[in-house]
Amino acid sequence: MNFDIAMTGFVALYIFTLAAFAGWVIIGNVPAILHTPLMSGSNFVHGIVVVGGLYGLFNATTPLEQAIGFFAVLLGAGNAAGGYAVTDRMLAMFKTSDAKPKAAHGHGHARVHHLKKS
Amino acid sequence: MLTLVSQLVIGGADLCAAFLFMFGLKRMSSPATAPSGIRVAGLGMIAAVAASFLYLFTVDAAARPHMMVNIGLAVTALLIGGVGAWFVGRKVAMTAMPQMVAIYNGMGGGAAGSIAALELFGGHTQGITQLVVTLLGGLIGAVSLSGSVIAWAKLDGVIKKPLRVKGQQFANAAVMIASLAVAGVIVASSLGASGLPFTTSTWIWIFFACALVFGVLMTLPIGGADMPVVISIYNAFTGLAVGLGGFVLQNPALMIAGMVVGAAGLLLTVLMAKAMNRSIANVLFTNFGAEAKAKPGAIQGNERPTDASDAAIKMRYASSVIIVPGYGLAAAHAQQKLYEFVKLLLAAKVSVKFAIHPVAGRMPGQMDVLLAEAGVPYDMIFQLDDINDDFATTDVALVIGANDVVNPAARSDKSSPIFGMPILNADKAKQVYVIKRGQGKGYSGIVNALFYSPNCNMVYGDAHVVLVKMIEAVRGLGAAAA
Repeated sequence: MNFDIAMTGFVALYIFTLAAFAGWVIIGNVPAILHTPLMSGSNFVHGIVVVGGLYGLFNATTPLEQAIGFFAVLLGAGNAAGGYAVTDRMLAMFKTSDAKPKAAHGHGHARVHHLKKS
Repeated sequence: MLTLVSQLVIGGADLCAAFLFMFGLKRMSSPATAPSGIRVAGLGMIAAVAASFLYLFTVDAAARPHMMVNIGLAVTALLIGGVGAWFVGRKVAMTAMPQMVAIYNGMGGGAAGSIAALELFGGHTQGITQLVVTLLGGLIGAVSLSGSVIAWAKLDGVIKKPLRVKGQQFANAAVMIASLAVAGVIVASSLGASGLPFTTSTWIWIFFACALVFGVLMTLPIGGADMPVVISIYNAFTGLAVGLGGFVLQNPALMIAGMVVGAAGLLLTVLMAKAMNRSIANVLFTNFGAEAKAKPGAIQGNERPTDASDAAIKMRYASSVIIVPGYGLAAAHAQQKLYEFVKLLLAAKVSVKFAIHPVAGRMPGQMDVLLAEAGVPYDMIFQLDDINDDFATTDVALVIGANDVVNPAARSDKSSPIFGMPILNADKAKQVYVIKRGQGKGYSGIVNALFYSPNCNMVYGDAHVVLVKMIEAVRGLGAAAA
């Protein structure tokens, strides 16, 4: 028995097509206000490349391969960790005015008050 | 048996990661759920990276003797890269976010390029399809690496001016063709072509060198105002390179994650280009600043300066104010002062909204992040399509450090280089105040008709200084009343 995944030409194309479509649709729904965190978030997601780097490094046999593998893991890890750190920081900054009643304005807040009273 | 279990666990973890990435990105479609979105995606990443250590049980016999060294290298690289980038990412200022994203992006591209290099040097590719895909992934990854480094240098101010040389497009094309030709040689040699002047590994070095040079040449001439498009496009490139790398390594998680990001980057690139009313090719291959020549005689009248405190008091007694922030606000580090002023207006029962143009800032959505950092609640921030009709019924539009995005010439003047670009209709407000460092043209060198229109007054000065004066003026008013 073997759990190896074999992806020949067309299966790969199916995966690529569906993934690209899913990405387009998911990202298309993100409002413009979140475009920077979205970009750094998707930046983080391609940090998964570190997994490929680890695979390459573990299979390295010559000093050259080890050096390139090391470089790949180094950059991939930086991509993933850095992308996560900045995205998480940015997203934590987005707050509504409901969170701080001092800036009370707009219908959303008024409704909250009303609910609290009743 | 161990091999089998390893394969199963790696497959499962990668599947989880692919699902969690998509689910996490999906949760990012609203500011309320977005923080949990990135954490979900982070879990997927940890699972995938942890599971990939099980590759050690599946390595080729040839790599077994090197196992301890390789593990040491892997752990060292993970620690240096991961911890280093983590601390930089925690510390970096929000205004520096575009160059940060550019550099992380370049790192991903470099990693994808390195994986392609490993496959090529090791001769692991099987069949011509895999070889071609590997070369393509390597090319895109390497271009993304060197291009992003140049983008970082430009955004960080290391490189101050776009570098434009005569015949540059010709040179770019030549380097591109050279790298494709070298790729062709590598394919030919794998098919058994003989009589080539170098060994295959030398050709591989030349191939990557050409690709890296191309990335540099392609990015050098692009101006600072076009950076939102450039960052988006390299994001798409890196995603694509990772996806292609996933195909070569037969790893569906990399394929899916890479392609999702590739599509996302492409979508953002299209949106940014649309917001500037230019094609992607136009951004990449023409020199915007060089061609922007407006006729100064076409605009009648003068710019009318006014006092910061007069403008502040007018806004204090208005019933509605829309603020149009641009990159100049961030350059003056005046976001906090702006929100302080806005809070005074809110306390005086003035309705205040922020209007954000899609290309305000140096990357998509940067202005939103900068306002959020200053504490502005996101329900006060509106995007172009949602707010543009409101200007006509608004008392005051306050433009701070923005120029081209409020230039009415984009609507009316067919000869203007920015004609057709979607703009914020600040000129339709009853009164417009523009805070600007001094007379003179904006980044693109185009005369702004808004500044000469009868309902517009200019407040000259550094945004920070002007806002401090405005705050004092409104506070002084309160004290006088009490």
